[in-house]
Amino acid sequence: MRRMLLAALSRVLQGPAAAAAAAGRTASRVLVASRNYADFASEATFEIKGYLKSALCATLLVHGSGTKLCCTHGGLTGRVAGAAVVYYCLLEVVVEEKCDLHRLEEGPSTTAVMTREEGLHYYKTMQTIRRMELKSDQLYKQKIIRGFCHLYDGQEACCVGLEVAIKPTDHVITAYRAHGFTYARGVPVREILAELTGRKGGCVKGKGGSMHMYTKNFYGGNGIVGAQVPLGAGIALACKYFGKNEICLTLYGDGAANQGQIFETYNMAALWKLPCIFICENNRYGMGTSVERAAASTDYYKRGDFIPGLRVDGMDVLCVREAAKFAADYCRAGKGPILMELQTYRYHGHSMSDPGISYRTREEIQEVRSKSDPITLLKDRMVNNNLASIEELKEIDVAVRKEIEEAAQFATTDPEPPLEELGNHIYFNEPPFEVRGPNQWIRYKSVS
Amino acid sequence: MAASAAALRNLAPLGVRLARLPPRGRAAGRLLQQRRGIRLSAPAAIQVTVRDALNQALDEELERDERVFLLGEEVAQYDGAYKISRGLWKKYGDKRVIDTPISEMGFTGIAVGAAMAGLRPVCEFMTFNFSMQAIDQVINSAAKTCYMSAGSIAVPIVFRGPNGASAGVAAQHSQCFAAWYGHCPGLKVVSPWSSEDAKGLLKASIRDDNPVVMLENELLYGVPFEMSEQAQSKDFVVPIGKAKIERQGTHVTLVSHSRPVGHCLEAAAVLAKEGVECEVINLRTIRPMDIETVEASVVKTNHLVTVEGGWPQFGVGAEICARIMEGSAFNYLDAPAVRVTGADVPMPYAKILEDNCIPQVKDIIFAVKKTLNI
Repeated sequence: MRRMLLAALSRVLQGPAAAAAAAGRTASRVLVASRNYADFASEATFEIKGYLKSALCATLLVHGSGTKLCCTHGGLTGRVAGAAVVYYCLLEVVVEEKCDLHRLEEGPSTTAVMTREEGLHYYKTMQTIRRMELKSDQLYKQKIIRGFCHLYDGQEACCVGLEVAIKPTDHVITAYRAHGFTYARGVPVREILAELTGRKGGCVKGKGGSMHMYTKNFYGGNGIVGAQVPLGAGIALACKYFGKNEICLTLYGDGAANQGQIFETYNMAALWKLPCIFICENNRYGMGTSVERAAASTDYYKRGDFIPGLRVDGMDVLCVREAAKFAADYCRAGKGPILMELQTYRYHGHSMSDPGISYRTREEIQEVRSKSDPITLLKDRMVNNNLASIEELKEIDVAVRKEIEEAAQFATTDPEPPLEELGNHIYFNEPPFEVRGPNQWIRYKSVS
Repeated sequence: MAASAAALRNLAPLGVRLARLPPRGRAAGRLLQQRRGIRLSAPAAIQVTVRDALNQALDEELERDERVFLLGEEVAQYDGAYKISRGLWKKYGDKRVIDTPISEMGFTGIAVGAAMAGLRPVCEFMTFNFSMQAIDQVINSAAKTCYMSAGSIAVPIVFRGPNGASAGVAAQHSQCFAAWYGHCPGLKVVSPWSSEDAKGLLKASIRDDNPVVMLENELLYGVPFEMSEQAQSKDFVVPIGKAKIERQGTHVTLVSHSRPVGHCLEAAAVLAKEGVECEVINLRTIRPMDIETVEASVVKTNHLVTVEGGWPQFGVGAEICARIMEGSAFNYLDAPAVRVTGADVPMPYAKILEDNCIPQVKDIIFAVKKTLNI
């Protein structure tokens, strides 16, 4: 009886998962509902054999009616009365059958637990980044943003998954496709957009622009391809030096992966056991050059040679999170650097001056959008497993749009920086001095 | 005179209102043609953008000498990051136009090695800012080898790409390298302004048996200039090491290279209305610098203003001033030479700040008036 009840319950809860399995999708995409009893001190867990070899925890939160289902070990008691909607407060997911591993005996956990709050947070963050990038596209076409603008839409799961796996006291450095990280590291949207439009309210007062945004424990935003990698290892060296158990995430792309300085950095990071996670965001194209045309080996997670590596689905925020947690633990244990390759995709071209279709097909872009969009993946996961409702997520969408609109409004109305700013910040912690302008009679004051 | 008139007319698309000059030379001939219906054998000058001029030069040189090949990021299948090499990969194939990974130090070294072994590579840097990653190969391998080998190994290579400020590309993408490369013996360094300069200098550089650094300018790529029929010929080269007087004048010498040459001509047009006639010299080559042309001009005008986009300290203008001091023209100066340069700061992003970091027409005019004490 108990077995039947359990089986029935898991069938019901697994509804979409069973359907997906029937549709022939791979096990790594099948969701398993996780239930964890919220009110009891201990977690009730039981195993149902034959379902993807995963452990099921029992949690059911009945939304709106106040009635709770009690799950005790091996059993199910209680009743649901009058509940119109049932939300789980927790979801356990099989994220990957197995990551591709290089010089690692075992990889990250193949199951991830995501609470409702976490899911909503990831969703909101990714959606904010998506809409922020699309707004930037719009502002660029209106010529309100100028110069270079490299957009991150499509890759949101990477920066969000990484950020939630590390601590705010950890360090991050990346290349020029940096708006997503800038936001994830804590810079408000309005300051990012105002920086793009070159206003004094920008996060670096309009002096840096798209590729040079910084905040605490975030070192940009770097324009020279590959140069940020030795910098990241240097930050990791400082982390080790100060002994505060901090690590550095050092990001680069598939194009940058062929830079010599990266290999020099691998060598020194491994030699000195620096707490550095090298992360290759492989979006398949370095500007207009596909990975096959640029790299003799496209197994970027193996390119660290003596550095252990793992390759991860970068479109799944939970995969990224679990892998990053694994990597962070590895580094914090003092084992030295580790390399992560995130397989991801950018919808836009390399920059706003690249239409992005001369070296790849519209069909390819469309296919990724329809099958692997990170936000859609998360949304489906949450809705299909009753972690949230479609309406709830739509409300988040509306709130995000509003935030972006307000930020854009700020970014287009805030004044440009004052001319006096031109000479400032040449040096750090230096008494003021004079700076020469375009001729000897034009002088600016330089204040640190 | 006709050339500068043509140059001034070409600046009209930039929205600049110019003083009208009486047509001379070919233009006069065309006017005569129109008014009197007389057919003269006037050669057909056409408008060519700097981009197309460079493209033609590459095409012609690839065709002329099969040892010439082009390599760099996105030069082949993407048609060039700035479309300079459009159509060339399609025409010449993988052997002659090579896409490289993003590995500047590596592919620059490879290019230099190929040159040492007898090929004539054209090595493109997407911008010269990225050449800093490879500068050891440019200087230590390319520039010095002929000397170190007592002339037994030649390095007939051209390094080319956009140099200096663009529009809103911020600090790491806006630096001018004229002074850096101009500093080094063993290198030749050219800096074209017009389409004629671009085409003629690129052809000359490719045909030169020495390492040549060609500093182009992204903002000039789309600008059309008049190209004479002579310049359209496949054998047209502009000699390296020779400056060009773009505009004759009597009161002050303006010396410049690359995009600021256009600013100088604009300033000259404005000043002409006030009765100040500027002689505008387009250096064309940074190294070896044609200081003789500058000296001869200073002897005539007695006043010197140098104009460049790069930073002031140790810049092209500083070198010109030093050489003028060392030479005979010093005695003809009625006032100290003046430099107009980029502001001495990393390039900021915000438009108002960026605009004030590059030499503007008003800065040149101001400098001229200060020099002339008017």
